[in-house]
Amino acid sequence: MTGVEVSPVEWVRGSLDQCVKCTICESACPVMEVTGLFLGPKTVGPQAERFRTGGHSPDHSVDYCSGCGICTRVCPQGVRIAEINSRAKAQLRVEHGGRLRDQLIARPEVMGRLARPVAPLFNWAMSNQLLRAVGQRMVGIHRLAPVPRATTRTLQYRLQRRRPRRPTTRRVVYFHGCSTNYFEPRVGLATIAVLEHNGFQVEVPRQGCCGLPLQSNGLYPAARDYIRRLTSQLSKPDLAGLDVIATSTSCGLMVKREAIEILGVEDRSLEDLASRTYDIFEFLRARHDAGELRTDFVEVPLTVAYHAPCQQQNQQIGKPVLDILSLVPGLKLVELDRGCCGIAGTYGTKVEKYDIAMRVGAPLFGDISEVQPDLVLCDSETCRWQISHGTGVASVHPVEILYKAYGGR
Amino acid sequence: MKTEVLVIGAGTAGLTAAVRLAQAGVKVVVVATGAGSLGLAPGTLDLLGYAPQVVEDPLGTLPEFVSDLPEHPYARVGVQHVRPALEWFQTAVADLGYQGDLERNRLLPTALGALRPSALVPESMAAGEVGPGTRILIASLRGFRDFFPQLVAANLAAASRGLDVRSLEVEWSGDPSDLAPQRLWRQLEQPGVRRLLAASLRSGLDGAAAVGLPAILGRDQSGDVRRDLEDQIGRPIFEIPTLPPSLPGLRLFDLLKGALRRAGGRLVLGESATGFKAGGGEVVAVTASQPPRVEEYQAGTFVLATGGVGAGGIEVTPARQAREPIFDLPLAGVPRDPQDWFGSDYFAEQPFDRAGVRVDRSMRPLDPDGEVIYNNLYVVGAELAGAQPWREKSGEGISVVTAVRAADAILEAAR
Repeated sequence: MTGVEVSPVEWVRGSLDQCVKCTICESACPVMEVTGLFLGPKTVGPQAERFRTGGHSPDHSVDYCSGCGICTRVCPQGVRIAEINSRAKAQLRVEHGGRLRDQLIARPEVMGRLARPVAPLFNWAMSNQLLRAVGQRMVGIHRLAPVPRATTRTLQYRLQRRRPRRPTTRRVVYFHGCSTNYFEPRVGLATIAVLEHNGFQVEVPRQGCCGLPLQSNGLYPAARDYIRRLTSQLSKPDLAGLDVIATSTSCGLMVKREAIEILGVEDRSLEDLASRTYDIFEFLRARHDAGELRTDFVEVPLTVAYHAPCQQQNQQIGKPVLDILSLVPGLKLVELDRGCCGIAGTYGTKVEKYDIAMRVGAPLFGDISEVQPDLVLCDSETCRWQISHGTGVASVHPVEILYKAYGGR
Repeated sequence: MKTEVLVIGAGTAGLTAAVRLAQAGVKVVVVATGAGSLGLAPGTLDLLGYAPQVVEDPLGTLPEFVSDLPEHPYARVGVQHVRPALEWFQTAVADLGYQGDLERNRLLPTALGALRPSALVPESMAAGEVGPGTRILIASLRGFRDFFPQLVAANLAAASRGLDVRSLEVEWSGDPSDLAPQRLWRQLEQPGVRRLLAASLRSGLDGAAAVGLPAILGRDQSGDVRRDLEDQIGRPIFEIPTLPPSLPGLRLFDLLKGALRRAGGRLVLGESATGFKAGGGEVVAVTASQPPRVEEYQAGTFVLATGGVGAGGIEVTPARQAREPIFDLPLAGVPRDPQDWFGSDYFAEQPFDRAGVRVDRSMRPLDPDGEVIYNNLYVVGAELAGAQPWREKSGEGISVVTAVRAADAILEAAR
């Protein structure tokens, strides 16, 4: 140890010197397996990075990296391959610009706000094949790509009308993310009920997007603005020091690590927020380990198949969903063990990448068809939509099952 | 995180110990910086290949071999534990159909056409053992960059008297990037692609009794891809492990991972253990510092399976100081003078090879006085002192046998 201060971003790039070219990342990369358009994490990552001097990026195939992060996770030398590749993608955007489409799909908050007042119209349009074909041609969003259903009654709207609970001393902050607010408020309601059942007072400040979709589309400056704004929203003085619970697992990872390591945001309040942010089941398992989780469960007579999405596995927390849901009586819980479902946030919605994403997901879809579950459980919203699109099986957030197990309906 | 046993390392040794424990009903978590090095390995189970000449009967040679090497892991475990451990392992990964016996090494071709001794080989390679007078065909796809059939055939003919070896490069259409091994193994899982390959092989058979192909015949472990090709060409096919990524090793990794999952174990990749907490002569927790928090893994028992120098289980500074980085365990077999670590002849014995952690018969680390350091810490695999796995061709054998021994010692201690 030299004692030299190295910023997380410098440290990410410096990790490429640990690469011994062993190919373990390339044998785990789900995209490289199905298309020759992506030359593989090692080639476009640690190898090409050596040529990216003066900000110039020599390699366009990095655009086909889906950003699932499996390469970084399996690298036995600790090279931050996916992070290096994400930064290279952003550099491509700076040098060559990008499609207007990417600006659009990378802003779920804007999309949610626009869709909300006209939710029935939005939902009709999104299910109209003619309009989707036009959208594919004019915007570049594949006509078959899964799109969520909008609602006029967002989570924040419903919470305004909720009766206040008896306050307790155990307060937590709920970071629900855009998707829960605009498309799946039921996930948020289930989460709040589960936490309240365990004696927590749940604070739900008004909150915007974390910037993750912008980051994965290489639009870093806008992503930095979003994460800074979210940091101040979740760190208001009356919420200082509270644990923050995330149910959108990729947005949770953004706050925990990626905004610092990939976007290079240097901000003390973000570091503080990151250190007290927990995935919902990571948080519940810690309560259970301490003997504090309520287990007054009712039977849930369902067969469910659990897929741990990439961004959940990239948090190094194991599979706390299985640890907790295995306590639920009557629940038949099947663990799926495939890498990526293909969607990778917005990747699989793009016209030029839809087929790749579907081929990536095919082994997972095959496993699900074999299990024939009543429901698929998955901690990430876009993965849930992709899985239901690829299999026809309904998918829910695992917290919705826990909510049922506590007697919720 | 809390568990009963924490295993550090996801190579052959770590996963084997974890599977053995999980199948016995123990709650196991495996943490590792990344996937272990099985994706670089040929997927064979080598017990003892050279001592220093080619070993014909590995199990029969072991007692004499270890009598000169009391620090060797096989000596530490006890030779009597070798057979049961490897037999159990064969059943744990039954889908790969490991063949062979521990009393006779098989000589199988490498990607350079040398003959390499292995005790147990996956079913997909078994037909590579051919007698003199037989004509075989070594084939590949033109443009596939990790395997050169002419080179394999020429070296094989030179290495094996009386073997009649032909070679064939099958014309393969498509973009050069389609010839990456990971593209090919997925494509060959499609029947239509197999029909194309089988047709070319059939027309190029030239009277060969068996066909050797680079190991790209489907990542699935069932052997369906190979069997379908065999049916189509009417000849046995054997896979030859390629340069990494090595599919036979990856299949073994996939299988061990699957066995761990089915037994209820957990695998956490991307997490580097960096330190530990001890109390009362025992390890209490291992710490890992993946941002944003320092995570503490609490367990009753710990298994260290982080490998040797290449894998980071032993750290070496440029000034030639060697240490075990997580528990700072004392290393045995490190020559006192750094000048003596390596000999000048690359292929000769290198003294540093034998450096590692010394253990008792239960695989618990010992201090220089021979006392157990922590009652609930076990060390397995390439981290152990006393072996030269690369020269001996003993790596997988040591990993499996020491892992099974440690797991059984843990189960005995719990009783």
